[in-house]
Amino acid sequence: MGLDRRRFLTTLGATAAAVAVGRDANAERHAAADCDVAWGVLVDTVVCIGCRKCEWACEQEHKLLNAPLANYDDKSVFAEDRRPDDKRYTVVNEYRGSDQRPHTIKMQCMHCNQPACVSSCIVGALTKDPQGPVVYDAWKCIGCRYCMVACPFQIPAYEYHNALTPEVRKCTFCHERLARGEQPACVAICPNEALTFGRREDLIEVARARIRHNPGKYIDHIYGEHEVGGTAWLYLLASDVASTGLPELGSNPIPPLTESIQHGIFRSFVPPLALYALLGLVMYSTRRNGKSEPTAEDDVGPE
Amino acid sequence: MLAPNNHARRVTVRFWTWGTTILGILTGVGALLYLYRLLFGLGAATNLDNQYPWGIWIAVDVASGVALAAGGFTTAALADIFHKEEYHDIVRPALLTAMLGYTFVVVGLLADLGRYYNVWHPMLPGMWQGNSVLFEVGICVMIYLAVLYIEFLPTVVERFSGRVRLPRPLQFLNRFFEAVMEVAGANLRRFISVFIIAGVVLSCLHQSSLGTLMVIAETKMHPIWHTPISPLLFLLSAIAVGFPMVIVESIAAARSFRLKPERRILSSIAGYVPVLLGVYLVVRIVDLTIRGVWGYVTDLSTHSVAFLIEMTVGVLFPMAILVQERWRKSLPALFSAALMVVGGVVINRINVFLVAYEPLYPTRTYFPSWMEIGVTIGLASGLILVYRWFVMTFPVIAAYPAGVAESVEAKQPVETVSEAAISQDG
Repeated sequence: MGLDRRRFLTTLGATAAAVAVGRDANAERHAAADCDVAWGVLVDTVVCIGCRKCEWACEQEHKLLNAPLANYDDKSVFAEDRRPDDKRYTVVNEYRGSDQRPHTIKMQCMHCNQPACVSSCIVGALTKDPQGPVVYDAWKCIGCRYCMVACPFQIPAYEYHNALTPEVRKCTFCHERLARGEQPACVAICPNEALTFGRREDLIEVARARIRHNPGKYIDHIYGEHEVGGTAWLYLLASDVASTGLPELGSNPIPPLTESIQHGIFRSFVPPLALYALLGLVMYSTRRNGKSEPTAEDDVGPE
Repeated sequence: MLAPNNHARRVTVRFWTWGTTILGILTGVGALLYLYRLLFGLGAATNLDNQYPWGIWIAVDVASGVALAAGGFTTAALADIFHKEEYHDIVRPALLTAMLGYTFVVVGLLADLGRYYNVWHPMLPGMWQGNSVLFEVGICVMIYLAVLYIEFLPTVVERFSGRVRLPRPLQFLNRFFEAVMEVAGANLRRFISVFIIAGVVLSCLHQSSLGTLMVIAETKMHPIWHTPISPLLFLLSAIAVGFPMVIVESIAAARSFRLKPERRILSSIAGYVPVLLGVYLVVRIVDLTIRGVWGYVTDLSTHSVAFLIEMTVGVLFPMAILVQERWRKSLPALFSAALMVVGGVVINRINVFLVAYEPLYPTRTYFPSWMEIGVTIGLASGLILVYRWFVMTFPVIAAYPAGVAESVEAKQPVETVSEAAISQDG
């Protein structure tokens, strides 16, 4: 299932189109309710067999690494926990649950409902597509890497070795494939249906049903349902979050704190203007008639 | 700034001395390393990675640089807005420091930006992102930099009005620049207060917003420094470090230019410092108490030690020294205490941006590469050299040649302790 050159070019065209559409559609913030009907993926770490085909498919789709599929049978990589980076938007790691059995877990951008990276971006190069994906526009980016500071999942990676046109790289949720009505590349290749693509609210129902019908196999928690205000990607876990390598996060979305500080300081520009007026008043009222040279009688600060 | 500064003179010294030669070499090395970073990328020049996206170029060159340039707006507020005329002599050097400081902040920032050629993007309305704290910082710093250049214009007019003599190939522009000077000179006096107040407001805005930057990284920040009132702490510490920076700089400049330090003014503004530090200290203590994180302060971990150093060096020691009038009037004590406040603020900014930042999946700890350090040292050295060139070219520093009757210095009673200190110092 290789990608030929023509398909790559169509993908490029679709990316440009999707980015153009996404820009307009992202003019305003999206309420959590909109995210429920947006696309999501359910990752079932109990069903996952750790074949790493999703890694290969992702790298093919995004022209990252071009290694033969056979290389991905190598299970020795599970010896250490890997992180997604600028060449690998997704990695599969192994975790040992409380049952001491090994499980495998796919890591990638969570595509938060209220993404900290989008809130932090100085030029709006990162946007939350109403369809679900968090999309990056390299053309706008100034390369400040504040998104990397802000991300609660430590996902955005940087092309540190690209001197001239470095990009922030992360899972794109294959938004150009979604625009064509296709599933993300990783979901499409998954042989064991460990990855389920669908509307977020439907996926939550599916996840609840699996927890209900398979007592003992899953913990009673859908990771991503509430974490940092909810994420498009959801996880079914075999044991507590701490053992899986996913960060333990509260249910409050990240952006509101800084945004409320920010908008509080600038509320209709009243505070800055008030400060301006106050200082103007002080300046006017303390001015002296005629410019006099300082004299010894002048007060000289608190003593 | 409003009144022509009658005391300001151009400094006449040799530009190249042993000290400036060393600074020149450091600047040159820094420039080469800067070039290396531009040619070969951040990965080649820095120790930054996906765990640690920000290093000393942000914590020191940008965050500390902006804080240490705060003297520009605090002295302008004191002398020009609160009309404490006796402090007029220190406004120009402080404004020059701010102007050059912010310029170098931008130069330093460009090294850190992956796509530095896009640095102007936040100016385009189509890319405005009002939710981003960094956007606010960027826009304010940009406008403030322009305001600082405007605030410096009267000094340029004072120096060159009626005296524009460009080198031969550009001589035809002499008249044009004369006309510009004339227009500027005639109008600046009328409008400069608008810019002076704007400078203070803009400073308050971005000094505080710099403190909001790391609040968004809430799951990665150590609790000692992760507080919603971080913007207030940044603003208060910037205000507190403004005068100490002026003191350090004035005494260092006086020594380097063989001038008499403006001891009376410096001791006098030093009187404000313990008060400002005290306010900062109280807010800090209340914050730590309300959030219930004293346990982290006292557990003697790396973070707790970093915090204790920050507070002892930057706040407690200098407060203890500067509350005493006796020490405020001694130049060495004044200089040391002021230097401690300056150092404390730099340590604080490093703590907030680097020490407090713990990646979720750490495989190593960040320490700057020698090239990052080289660029930072190069920028600081370059700043000092450019400052020297400016004060030798423009009337910035108030000079009181010994024995001039009108000088403020001469009206003060002579104190044996501080006179001894002065002769010892320079």
